[in-house]
This record gives sequence, C-alpha cells and structure tokens, in this order.
Amino acid sequence: MVFMTGAEAFIKSLEKENVEIVFGLSGGAILPICDAFNESNIRFLLARHEQGAAHMADGYARASGKVGVCLATSGPGATNLVTGIATANIDSSPVVAFTGQVPKDLIGRDAFQEVDIIGVSASITKYNIQVRNPNEIPYAVKAAFDISNTGRKGSVLVDIPKDVQTSAEEMHFPDKVAFKGYRIIGEPDPRELDWAATLLARAQKPMIMAGGGVIASNASSELLKLAEFMMAPVATTLMGKGAIPSDHPLYAGGCGMHGTCEANSLIGEADVLLVVGARFSDRTTGSIQEFSANSKIVHIDIDRSEIDKNVETVTRVVGDAKLALKGILKRLEKVRETGSPDSPWIKKMKEFREKYAIPEPRDNPHFKAPSVIKTLRKILPRNAIVTTEVGQCQMWAALYFDTYAPRTFLTSGGLGTMGWGFPAAIGAKAARPDVTVVDIAGDGSFGMTENSLATSVEEELPVIVLILNNRMLGMVAQWQRIFYGRRYVAVKLGKTPDFVKLAEAYGATGIRPGDTMELEKAIKDAMDSEVTTVIDVPIDPEENVFPMVPPGRGLKDFLVEA
Amino acid sequence: MEQTISTIAFLVENKPGVLFNVTNLFRRRGFNIESITVGPVENQELARMTVSVKADTKVINQIVEQLDKMVDVIKVKRLDPMRTVMREMVLIKINTIDPMSREEALKCVNEYHGLILNIEPDSIVVEVTGEPNTIDEFVRKVQPLGVIELSRTGVTALEKGHLKL
Repeated sequence: MVFMTGAEAFIKSLEKENVEIVFGLSGGAILPICDAFNESNIRFLLARHEQGAAHMADGYARASGKVGVCLATSGPGATNLVTGIATANIDSSPVVAFTGQVPKDLIGRDAFQEVDIIGVSASITKYNIQVRNPNEIPYAVKAAFDISNTGRKGSVLVDIPKDVQTSAEEMHFPDKVAFKGYRIIGEPDPRELDWAATLLARAQKPMIMAGGGVIASNASSELLKLAEFMMAPVATTLMGKGAIPSDHPLYAGGCGMHGTCEANSLIGEADVLLVVGARFSDRTTGSIQEFSANSKIVHIDIDRSEIDKNVETVTRVVGDAKLALKGILKRLEKVRETGSPDSPWIKKMKEFREKYAIPEPRDNPHFKAPSVIKTLRKILPRNAIVTTEVGQCQMWAALYFDTYAPRTFLTSGGLGTMGWGFPAAIGAKAARPDVTVVDIAGDGSFGMTENSLATSVEEELPVIVLILNNRMLGMVAQWQRIFYGRRYVAVKLGKTPDFVKLAEAYGATGIRPGDTMELEKAIKDAMDSEVTTVIDVPIDPEENVFPMVPPGRGLKDFLVEA
Repeated sequence: MEQTISTIAFLVENKPGVLFNVTNLFRRRGFNIESITVGPVENQELARMTVSVKADTKVINQIVEQLDKMVDVIKVKRLDPMRTVMREMVLIKINTIDPMSREEALKCVNEYHGLILNIEPDSIVVEVTGEPNTIDEFVRKVQPLGVIELSRTGVTALEKGHLKL
C-alpha cells in the first residue's frame, strides 16, 4: 500500500504495464495526469487532434502487437477520439483510451466540456469504465490493458474525473484482475478439432481464407505449415494481408470486392473452405447466398459470437487461431498424406493464375496507380511497413503491394476510416523506429489528418506519405461512374491544396515527381531523410480499381473493366 | 423469418451502466424489448435480468452470444418455455363509481386469485399474478369496466428442476 494521488497512481499503473509512449493531447480535465508525466520516463507524444492520437495508438498497436495508448481531455477531446476508438475496435486492435472528465460533483450538470463519453463509447468499445475513486485507478488500468489485449482484442476506454486524479488515497497495485463475466477460450475443444480435421481430411479441393485473427494470434507459421501440408491455396481478407508472404506459391491473393480474380474464383470452386480469424464481412463475401456455395465451411475464431453470424458453417473451432491450426495439423498428419503439388486442384489454381494474370502495369506516359505502387514495392526493403488510407488508394495497395510479413500491411478494414493511414504510420514508426514506414494515401484521405505532419516533424518520426493524387474522392467517383452514369456529386476536390507546399509549411519535405525515374529517386531520398516526406504523385482522375465485384453480387461476378 | 417471443435470463454485475449496455444490444438490432425485470440475487454483487423480446430465433441466438461476451454479463441463457415457470404481476386501478361494475370487478379478481390492495369510494387497486397470457386475459376482462391505469412488472422466470443459470 502506498499513499499517492490518482494521477500519480495512473502513471505508476502505466509503468507497470511497460508503456513507453502515450499519444494524446492535453486539456483542462486531464491536467493533473499531464502534470504527473513530469515524474515519468513515459513519452507523451503530442498529437494535433485527438482523432490522430487514437489512430497513432492504433498504428502502434498493429505494428508491435502491444497495447497502444491514447489520452485526451473531457468533452470535445473525448468525442474527437471516437472515430479512432471505433476504427481500432472493429479491426480488433488493442487500444486503450484514457479521457479526463469533469469533477464528480459536476457530472450530469452540463458542466464546461462535459460529455457522457461512457454512454457515447458504449457500442464502439470492447469495455469501458468510469473511475469513481482514486484507489480504483490501478485496478481500472490493469483491467483495461488485460481486456484490450486478450481474447478478441479491441479498444477499451477509461474515463477519469478530475477530482479522482487529484485526490490522494492508499493505493494497491494488483498483479492480476479477474472478472466473473470475462472468459477467454484460448485452448480449443479437442472434439471441435477432431470434426474440423475429419472434414479437411476428405477435402479434394481445400482452400484457406486467412483473416486478421491469424496476424493477431501470431499464427502465420502454423497457417503456412497447414497450407503446405494440404496443398491448399490461401486467400487473405483485407485484414489478413501479410499472414502469408505474397510471393508464396500457394498465395492466391486477397479476396472480396477488390480481391484477385484467382482468389475469388477458387473460393467458388473449393469443396472445403477453412476460414481462420475472419468475420465474413460483406466486403469479403459479396452476396452471402452465393458465397463459396460449393464448399463446406470450417470456421476458426476466438469470438464465439462470430460463428454463424453472417455465414452458416458446417463445423467450427472456437479458440486461439495458432492453437487451433496446430491441433488440426496434428490430427491431419495422422490420417492424410501430404497434398500433391500436381493435384488437379493445384493445376486449377495455376490455370486461374495464368488466365487472370494482370499485365505488368506501366506509367505510360502518365503515372498509373498500380505501377506507382509496384515502383514503391521494388525500392522498399521487404520488412518495410505500409499503412493505407481508404478508398482507391487502399484497394490498389491491397492488390499491388506485395507483403512478406505479418504486421507490415496496416489498414482500416472494418470501418474504412479515411485519414487513418498517416497518423497510424506515425504510430507504427514510434513502435518500429528502425523500419521504413510508408502511408499509401489518396489526396482526399490525407487531407483529413494532414495536421499530423506537425507531430511527425516535431516528434522526429519521419515517415513517407505517397499520395496517389487524382483530385477526387476516387472510390466514390468510381461508383458514380459505374453505377450512377457518371453523375458526379461531391467528389471533385479541385486544385488545392498544393501538397508540396503544405508539407514544406510544416517543415516536412514535399516533392512532386514528373516521371518514374524521379519517383524512384524521391522514394530513395525519402527513405534516407530525417523528416517526413510527402510525395505527391498526380494520377488520372478517371482511373478505376479493377477487378471489382459489384455490391450485392457473388464473388465470381467480378468485373475486370468498366 | 419467424418472430417468436423469447425469454432470456442473465446474471450480471450489479452496477451502473450494465442495464444500458444490455439493452443497447437489442436496440442496435431494432428489437423492442417486450419486458425486462431486474433485481439483485442471493449475492448482492450480482443481479438477475429477465428479458422477453419478439425476434427471429436466429438473431436472438446471436444476440445471446454477444451478450455472453460482455465483460459485465456473467451468464446468459435462453429459457426453454417448456422447462420454465414464468410469472408476471399487474397492478390495476379500476373505476367503480357504478356499484354493478364494482361487483363485476371483485368477481373477476376472485376468479384470477387476485388481491385487493386499496379501496376508495370510486375506485379499487388490485393485484393479479400469473403467466403473461393470464394477465392479458384478466386485463381484457376488466377493460369494459373502466381501467383508470395499470402497471405490469414484466416477466420473471426460473427454470424447472435443478437447472440454474
């Protein structure tokens, strides 16, 4: 037992969780906690908008696998976090948000900068809690970290009234907290593993669809072993990109609305589809009725409530993906031979691969988005981390940027939050300062959080922002072209701003390459630069992302041109 | 999809915000909760809730899973109507200015094994307990006599035999 203030106990609790860095902004209702940072080595990284702070914490969490921490004041500080918390939660990223709150006796009286953030954040967090007494702080912080980073990961919000930060009490720092209602099923039920293995053992055309859960549970090597043993092609969901190296012979590419024709076709043909750590989002499945209609589906997920939520499965394994994959492989090895690389199924895969091979894109003479991304990939080291914004740039990145390791392709999948990529890149750089970090951006998305340039420059976290600049909200424009007869509304962004000058105004480097050679040089220079570089690449406003499955259609109904 | 009334019972942490979080899940799917009852159980740290809701069976099963994963929800169970006793209570104030209707009302109350809790010159307040259907029936019967107001508690339920949450 130690006697200290709530703010001091808060800092001590973070230290006990080995927190190195907090992304946030100060403000009235969080002043006592801000002050307590003076007595700590924890780095307070000052964002310029709370949304940016939350995305930075999210990027940090996804790149490192550790909990990302963000902090804001009450009222507008807290509501500005909302988009960031929701983005992290739906992508199962472990983020803990701390908010200041007006003193307890003012709560409910519409005090200055008072918002009921517990009510607001209830449906976009895994858990939230308001601390009512200083001596509850160590418990609440411990609980927040535990809940955020175990089971199906997610965001947790802890709201701390100002008087709770300032009052002092005897504090006890627990090493463990327990909840009666929080149970994590890690180890799968052996019977479920038996059933899954039985089904997979009989498969003639096995296919694996890997989601973000494979990355969250660090199960990539188990996934590869199983895929190679069965000779099963692997498709990834958007969140699963990186679960298997893009140059692996069994990798069929991404699946879903902007998946590869190869992956989407194979999913339609498979007889058993093993889905690992994915939640059958509408963007992944297309029409639910038509999804993988010829296959029996085996679903591995740590969250029982995901089973049969969107797609009916034949059998399921509830538990940690790594353990589940290991358990299935162990059983399969006893009853089935290693798959043959000459099987008709693998031939089918090769046939699709050849049939739908995309010709090497070229900048001819103007930049083409796919070719810009290929140029970037060629120059970056294999371990570079890429974040994306949302829209066309994101889908081009998903299709054309080869990824070789988990946690190197970070994107806002579930919420599709424009403006996520840049602050997330800064967070990723904070987690992995030794690695090159690039945000593949669009001009629309980048504009939403461009003020994070100040943070990246002042906090010396240099990243590269590669803007595929079409002066359009490109994906919406693409839909208006294809589905609304080119009747553009609210998509043309005009000529401003000049992103080169904008970067320079923040003390970053801005450059607008004129051709592929200049682009290559710009990327190389940016990798060596000590400040953030914004590379503004003008592309054709009319360029579409293909392949594309029109909304509501089955995955095999992909379009390859307009 | 067929909509039926489901009764779901849960044990939850007895603290502020839990009721909000639970009902929020039903709201998100657009379900109107038919009734909800809450009260502490043997151990004061926990409360037991009983929710009845009209919804697709499939969606209800999924909501039960989602409720189960909430940190403050300790146990959830969809109750099998064949293996459950259910009770609801209604308090009802009946206009009795007309002596005939007073007599009629008292007859009904007797028939449903109700209690008379208050008698005024021109009105009575009565209590009737029973299965929700029985309550509906009783209310329909006294309606023509002139119901001034009524208040129903909502369903509370326990499983038969040694089963427990």
